[in-house]
Amino acid sequence: MTGRQQPATDHGMEPKRLRPMRKPGWTAFWFLLPAVGALLAIGLYPLLFAVYNSFRRYNLARPNEARDFVGFDNYATALTDPSFIEAMLRTLGFLVTVLPVQIALGLAIALLLHRPGLGLLKVFTRLSLVIPLATTYAVVGLVGRLLFNRDAGVINWFVTVFGASPVEWLGSTTNAFIAVALMDIWQWTPFCALILLAGLTMVPNEIEEAARLETKTWWRILVYVQLPYLLPGLTAVLILRTAEVLKLFDLIFTMTRGGPGAATELISIYIQRIGFRVFDQGMASAQAVLLLILTIVLSRLYIRVVYREIET
Amino acid sequence: MSAGTAGRRRLPTILHAFGLVIVFVVAVFPFYWMVATSFKTGSDILSSPPVWVFSPTLTNYAEALIRQGVAASLLNSIIVALSTTVLAIAIGTPAAYALARFEFRGKSELWFWFITNRMISPIVLALPFFLLARSLGLIDTYLVLILVYLTFNLPIVVWICADQFRSIPRELDEAARLDGASPLATFFRIALPLAAPGVAVSAIFSFIFSWNELLYALVLTRTSVRTAPVAATSFMSGYELPWGEIMATGTLIVLPVIVFAMLVSRQLVRGLTMGAVK
Repeated sequence: MTGRQQPATDHGMEPKRLRPMRKPGWTAFWFLLPAVGALLAIGLYPLLFAVYNSFRRYNLARPNEARDFVGFDNYATALTDPSFIEAMLRTLGFLVTVLPVQIALGLAIALLLHRPGLGLLKVFTRLSLVIPLATTYAVVGLVGRLLFNRDAGVINWFVTVFGASPVEWLGSTTNAFIAVALMDIWQWTPFCALILLAGLTMVPNEIEEAARLETKTWWRILVYVQLPYLLPGLTAVLILRTAEVLKLFDLIFTMTRGGPGAATELISIYIQRIGFRVFDQGMASAQAVLLLILTIVLSRLYIRVVYREIET
Repeated sequence: MSAGTAGRRRLPTILHAFGLVIVFVVAVFPFYWMVATSFKTGSDILSSPPVWVFSPTLTNYAEALIRQGVAASLLNSIIVALSTTVLAIAIGTPAAYALARFEFRGKSELWFWFITNRMISPIVLALPFFLLARSLGLIDTYLVLILVYLTFNLPIVVWICADQFRSIPRELDEAARLDGASPLATFFRIALPLAAPGVAVSAIFSFIFSWNELLYALVLTRTSVRTAPVAATSFMSGYELPWGEIMATGTLIVLPVIVFAMLVSRQLVRGLTMGAVK
């Protein structure tokens, strides 16, 4: 379903008939050693340390407490802790809120950019899509906080121009969630648009032209002609956005700090609070390991789908 | 019917243009508003309805850069982002070359592992990094940030550069090897120069990701190595927020990234797909 329509890539065209590669022996080893060594030291070792901590009682606020091993206690507590479960569910809720919007708007923008004509305007629009993508996540949150300010925010000014009364955005639980979601949608819709645009440009011209002679309705062309070419991109968007929402921290930290209450406390913010504000490193490590397991499952899926070409 | 079709063909051009303009405005507006706010005086910022035309002032920049120490934090960010990028390129390109050119056991597992490093949430690693750095006395040092940032920079350098090495005809380095060049000499004299465009792109991505990073910097720095995103968030403690200074800082942080991102805009989606951003 996924790799089928992609044109032969460089990897695919590697001239296999040349003389077989000479035995790499130690050459490959020495070339890889610095990078692999570095990743073992800074990637794997801290992970193992986190796993080790997750089995201990380890609270930085209580330095005199013995750091006993408690087996799976931290995991049992985490998995039965309503606020951990809620943070996970909230993260999932955030994902299912923003993702359909990002895909729908992204597809609409991709179709606008794919449509022939209006060359210069399209160039400017496409360039403008780089801005949300490039804006530092922490700054997106700060800007969001300014835009959604209740009294002086420009969003509320727009709201009143259209005749509604000003909205309490960041002070109300539902609205704060919506405001954070809107900023995420602003930042990530261009990514979806550009990925889907890449898919649209892969549709062979003659097929698209022939289809246009057959039917005048754009959605029939979309569903029957373009959709197969969009599926790999959509799969990538789905998995990447899931991974990103699991990581989402900066935007929320600067925009709402997870509040009001816990309304916008997604999983990264929650674990950060347990680890660095409650100082319970043992518990936070257990929660982080649970998040890690989820991420590894997800990244396996991601690699299988997105990087299948590499496997061969 | 035909009239209707003709009508439909004219109307969409207007709608098409209108749609593109809307997308453009929405994409640019928050950025524009940040920059505009950074040039406004305090009363202009908080005025309601918002002020659209105003006489710009540079006080916010002066205040943020000098009094709030943003200049120092920008310098910290430059030092950290450049160092980690150079280090990632130095040890990432040989690894990419090996992955692109040699066959060996466990190669695909190694690929997976490199990429998985990119998917891990920073909060998972931030906890152990903090404890380890604390016990080693490395909190608030350049070294710890430079090393920690390798966790996300190495995979992207390896990925993009391996891609680039694969696109270079293998015969070129085979020929060099036949002429008696050592593998190291082949790598430095033949492969690396030919892969320069990919190396440059991966360096830009690596710089952007390091420049944007907040969580590790928040946890691992205090005052002397505070990076720019941390400085921007540190304004947020008071009750009355100095919006002008915050937005001036935001503008200074975002501008170089946008310039760099425009440079790699052709490879942007590919890089982001690989890097899963951040």
